[in-house]
Amino acid sequence: MTSEENIQEGLLKKFAFLDGNIKVQRARRIFGIVDHGKFREVFESLIKDFGFTLLCTITGFDEGEVFSLMYHMARPDGIVLSIKTSAPKDKPIFKTVTAYFPDAEIYEREVVGLFGVTVEGLGPGNSYPLPDDWPKGQYPLRKDWKPAPKKGEVKDA
Amino acid sequence: MHKVIIPIGPQHPALKEPESFRIQLSGERITGFSVKLGYNHRGIEKACEERTYLQDVYLTERICGICSHAHSTAFTQAVEEIAALAVPKRALYIRTLIGELERIHSHLLWLGVAGHEIGFDTLLMYTWRDREVVMDILATTTGNRVNYGINTIGGVRRDISLAQVKDILKAVDILEERTKYYIDISTKETTMIKRLSGVGVLSHKDAVRLGAVGPTGRASGVDRDVRRDDPYAAYGELDFNVITDDHCDVYGRAVVRLKELMESYRLIRQILKNMPEGPIAVKAPRKIPAGEAVSRYEAPRGEDVHYVKSNGTDKPERVKVRAPTLANVQTVAKMLEDGQLADLPIVIAAIDPCFSCTDRLISIKDTKSKKTNILMWDDLHSYSVKWYRDKGIDFTKLNRKLQGKMS
Repeated sequence: MTSEENIQEGLLKKFAFLDGNIKVQRARRIFGIVDHGKFREVFESLIKDFGFTLLCTITGFDEGEVFSLMYHMARPDGIVLSIKTSAPKDKPIFKTVTAYFPDAEIYEREVVGLFGVTVEGLGPGNSYPLPDDWPKGQYPLRKDWKPAPKKGEVKDA
Repeated sequence: MHKVIIPIGPQHPALKEPESFRIQLSGERITGFSVKLGYNHRGIEKACEERTYLQDVYLTERICGICSHAHSTAFTQAVEEIAALAVPKRALYIRTLIGELERIHSHLLWLGVAGHEIGFDTLLMYTWRDREVVMDILATTTGNRVNYGINTIGGVRRDISLAQVKDILKAVDILEERTKYYIDISTKETTMIKRLSGVGVLSHKDAVRLGAVGPTGRASGVDRDVRRDDPYAAYGELDFNVITDDHCDVYGRAVVRLKELMESYRLIRQILKNMPEGPIAVKAPRKIPAGEAVSRYEAPRGEDVHYVKSNGTDKPERVKVRAPTLANVQTVAKMLEDGQLADLPIVIAAIDPCFSCTDRLISIKDTKSKKTNILMWDDLHSYSVKWYRDKGIDFTKLNRKLQGKMS
């Protein structure tokens, strides 16, 4: 059994509710989906029990009814596990993971700025990456967001 | 002592790159630091969603002027994984070759910048002169000094000829000799050692905790390199050492980059010796089947991460990019803690943040004749020589004298 399959089996043994939601895509690549309510315990276990001690980045998604965050976590042996969790658009609240990874701060600020989700527990600090005078309520990575035409710009016919 | 907060940036805070720092000082001692990023945000992730995969290869190449190949390779690899394309081995070797040439130009550029930041401008002039050797090689093998356009989905766009192989090997010999000299200077020259030692300290524990990547992490003893740990392109078939150092300061970061240059020369010789014959690309479909992939690439500054999600069309559903500077900039506050204001430029420069590179082509419009001329590199060079000569500055004699000494 490969290391990736061992991780998959270990996760399913510990968290039966992940059944069908952990996929080994290829050597060193695992993808997982976890319910919002169970995210914290799975995330913590990935660090403490499975050795995913590096957070590469966080990817945000606008997926119709929900916003999702995917945490790309790596181990020293090169295995990357990308774990995704979602929150409804009418209550897009995620909890910060800066207690586990202090460097997550900038990645969390990025999804806050670009998707307009809330990350609870994220301390005060500079926004990233949009400018200070960016209009409120405009979140450019949402699927329905289109840049406003520039003054005098002629649209293609 | 009374505390003051001074803003530095966003224009040219230390390098020619927009970032804004707020430094809290007690006298000359730094007691607080915050950074504001995003001045260069161009909305590339959103733009990728509105363009085809092939257009995105060129768009992602323009994320960075220095490590352009790093980004286009990271993106291309992710798309190829989703599309299950069997990229020919020769293409993987060529990608690796360009990647290592790019690392050489980036590290030599950094060494010059570091010299400049500590008032050692002779080092800047020497390293940037030598860097031209690798820039010329990149230009002759890919057609451009930066933004090489070598990648395409399914392989590479240009092959390497035997004549180019000879030129590259010759260039590597010259660069290796020069790098040995720089290693000698950096490890023996007292002024340089004392100026860089104990400056911008990042302990091993903090480097791990803050997720430092690339030479910034490796100079604090973090033994991590995607080329070895998560091999891509041809790295799985090549022999090289991951350079680490335990100085945990700017000096250590200089040592790591210099020794990495020596590894790059070793890698290039292996690539050119072992490069298999065969095709350089396979045909890629315009529409990419639904799927997702995470691609990692060890760029000169550290790990690039690209995530691509496809939806079965010719445009991606989502493209996410994490450049290494974003990971490393968070370590700067720790490096500056209790440091001196005068150390700020070199500490920031020591993480080697990215900035855009120069144009390689100038379009000149004659207002009288209304004709447009394109000036190429040789024309620009001749123009600059003539411009100086017209003003009474002529380096011809000096150049001949130097060439005589070098031959």
